[in-house]
Amino acid sequence: MSDAPLIEVRDIVKTFGSVIALNGVSMSVRSGEVLCLLGDNGAGKSTLIKTLSGVYRPTSGEFLVDGKPVAFRSPRDALDAGIATVYQDLAMIPLMSVTRNFFMGREPVRGIWPFRRLDFARAQDVTREEMMRIGIDVRDPHQAVGTLSGGERQCVAIARAVYFGAQVLILDEPTSALGVAQTSVVLKYIHIVRSRGLGVIFITHNVRHAHVVGDRFTVLNRGRTLGTYDKSEIAIEELQNLMAGGKELAELSGALGGTV
Amino acid sequence: MSTTATVIARDERLRRASFLVRAMRRPELGALAGLALVILFFGIYADKSMFTLGGVMTVLAPAAELGILAVAAALLMIGGEFDLSIGSMVALAGLILGVSLAVLHLPFVVALLLTAVCAAALGAVNGTIVIHTRLPSFIVTLAFLFIYRGLSLVGLKWATGGSTQLRGIGDAAGGGFLPGLFSGLAFHPLFTWMAAHDMIQKFPSGEPTVQGVPVSILWFVGFALLATWVLLATRAGNWIFAAGGDANAARNSGVPVAPVKTALFMLTAVSAALVATLQVMNTGSTDALRGEQKEFEAVIAAVIGGCLLTGGYGSAIGAFLGAIIFGMVSIGLTYTHFDSDWFKVFLGGMLLLAVLFNSFIRRKVTGER
Ligand SMILES: Nc1ncnc2c1ncn2[C@@H]1O[C@H](COP(=O)(O)OP(=O)(O)OP(=O)(O)O)[C@@H](O)[C@H]1O
Ligand SMILES: [Mg+2]
Repeated sequence: MSDAPLIEVRDIVKTFGSVIALNGVSMSVRSGEVLCLLGDNGAGKSTLIKTLSGVYRPTSGEFLVDGKPVAFRSPRDALDAGIATVYQDLAMIPLMSVTRNFFMGREPVRGIWPFRRLDFARAQDVTREEMMRIGIDVRDPHQAVGTLSGGERQCVAIARAVYFGAQVLILDEPTSALGVAQTSVVLKYIHIVRSRGLGVIFITHNVRHAHVVGDRFTVLNRGRTLGTYDKSEIAIEELQNLMAGGKELAELSGALGGTV
Repeated sequence: MSTTATVIARDERLRRASFLVRAMRRPELGALAGLALVILFFGIYADKSMFTLGGVMTVLAPAAELGILAVAAALLMIGGEFDLSIGSMVALAGLILGVSLAVLHLPFVVALLLTAVCAAALGAVNGTIVIHTRLPSFIVTLAFLFIYRGLSLVGLKWATGGSTQLRGIGDAAGGGFLPGLFSGLAFHPLFTWMAAHDMIQKFPSGEPTVQGVPVSILWFVGFALLATWVLLATRAGNWIFAAGGDANAARNSGVPVAPVKTALFMLTAVSAALVATLQVMNTGSTDALRGEQKEFEAVIAAVIGGCLLTGGYGSAIGAFLGAIIFGMVSIGLTYTHFDSDWFKVFLGGMLLLAVLFNSFIRRKVTGER
């Protein structure tokens, strides 16, 4: 086994026309490690992980997978490399069934071409099983995803990424709509996935969640890396300050009467 | 961990979807109901001869040509795009086939392949422009509607020395197995046999009144069945639904959206070439006005068949039924005492009804909030 990080980026820049979304970001995630990506709204977290998962191509900078430079041309390439992502917008098709969404782009098939067809029985079993494991009973696998609640939809996206992620699992605010039980399942998942030797990139605005599961913390601010910290180096209060982009939270807290 | 508790607590919310709800989830339900209504209407008002074997063939023949286009248009619509150039493509493909056979005297196989390849290439051009410019396919293919029609006119005048019709293609194509796939009637021996055993009507001479099934009907049925299978049971079908449902989400989930859409544009163009081939081989001529307005009729048939204009939802069997409704109404009125110009009124009404019904069903059953 090589010592290289599973994913490493150096000085990544990403511009959208005149908007500079990422302005020199560096980070890495190793096998068996949870990297928390922290930062204010608009700091560039989603843009960074979309670059990692092949949605965007970086304008400049180095992108290494297993120590080798890569240039993903589409999310399909990233998935083939074992990088699975839960996007902030979930990437689900409301009009399609839970099962069809779960296996979208990675459908199991049987039979030989030209009679190759979807293996619905297997797809349905896996979907039901994985959803059960995350704590959601899919009552009817033919049910359209549009009819699920926001949290249930998020669970489908997470279960899907966990099922297909072989190397790296990327989670962009996966627990924003989840109930207490499902949130703890997701945090437990992250733990399990890490112990299986995968690398996890976890974006959250919840400092407690970050502190519970994170091994390292990379903080972004206005498209730049503010710093990377080991869990041992940093206390939860400091982390909270950093997450607010270094703004003095104590000041804020004072203004709001000590409620933050 | 309280996962099991959660699951059990949720169990009482498991309500079995009734048969009706399940049926309502099928996009082609509306078309089926529409067809039943149309049959009822003509059952009451039309001459009885409409429902004989001969009458059914008369209705199905025009439905078949439109239906091939409609099924392809439905797949493309489910994939989230339109192609308004298919009608003109029928004329252009007819021109390519006609010129290859009657002017260049190419063998039929070569002419056929050339026509199909040209159509596929032009379809790919449509698709590539739509994907790379991100312009609505509606406007891009509207441009090609005029470009192809103009090319057909110019090309035919060039090939014939001034006429917009090219004749004598049938003779140039010759006979044999391959041309036979695109012209004439199938199952002739079967129909003769059935006539001999008094199972179908026959002339005093013993010949059956209906000699066989026009090959276009077989192409229509075969294509609709194949499209349905691909759509519902294969990986490509899942990709088509996904690409039309939300192209961005589909791409992010690993669906190769651009190739899927390009392939669909190629398919519609090739289906137009198939219709052109059937027309050319059955009439022996081609005309620059062939396929006029067929793009709209195909979209209407697809919408009557349950396709949403926004993509991601619909069915090939629905478009099949939509085309049959189309054929029944357009031909059927001549079997009644109604003025056959009511056809357009009927059609517009049907389209409006279908659109309202589709959007209602979508909200109701697929739970759009
Ligand atoms: N496609 C795009 N075109 C133009 N600007 C964009 C695009 N995507 C992101 N941006 C800009 O880049 C910046 C970073 O956005 P990003 O979505 O990465 O933030 P974020 O850190 O994920 O924020 P949040 O916590 O709110 O999710 C924002 O200012 C945003 O407006
Ligand atoms: Mg974000």
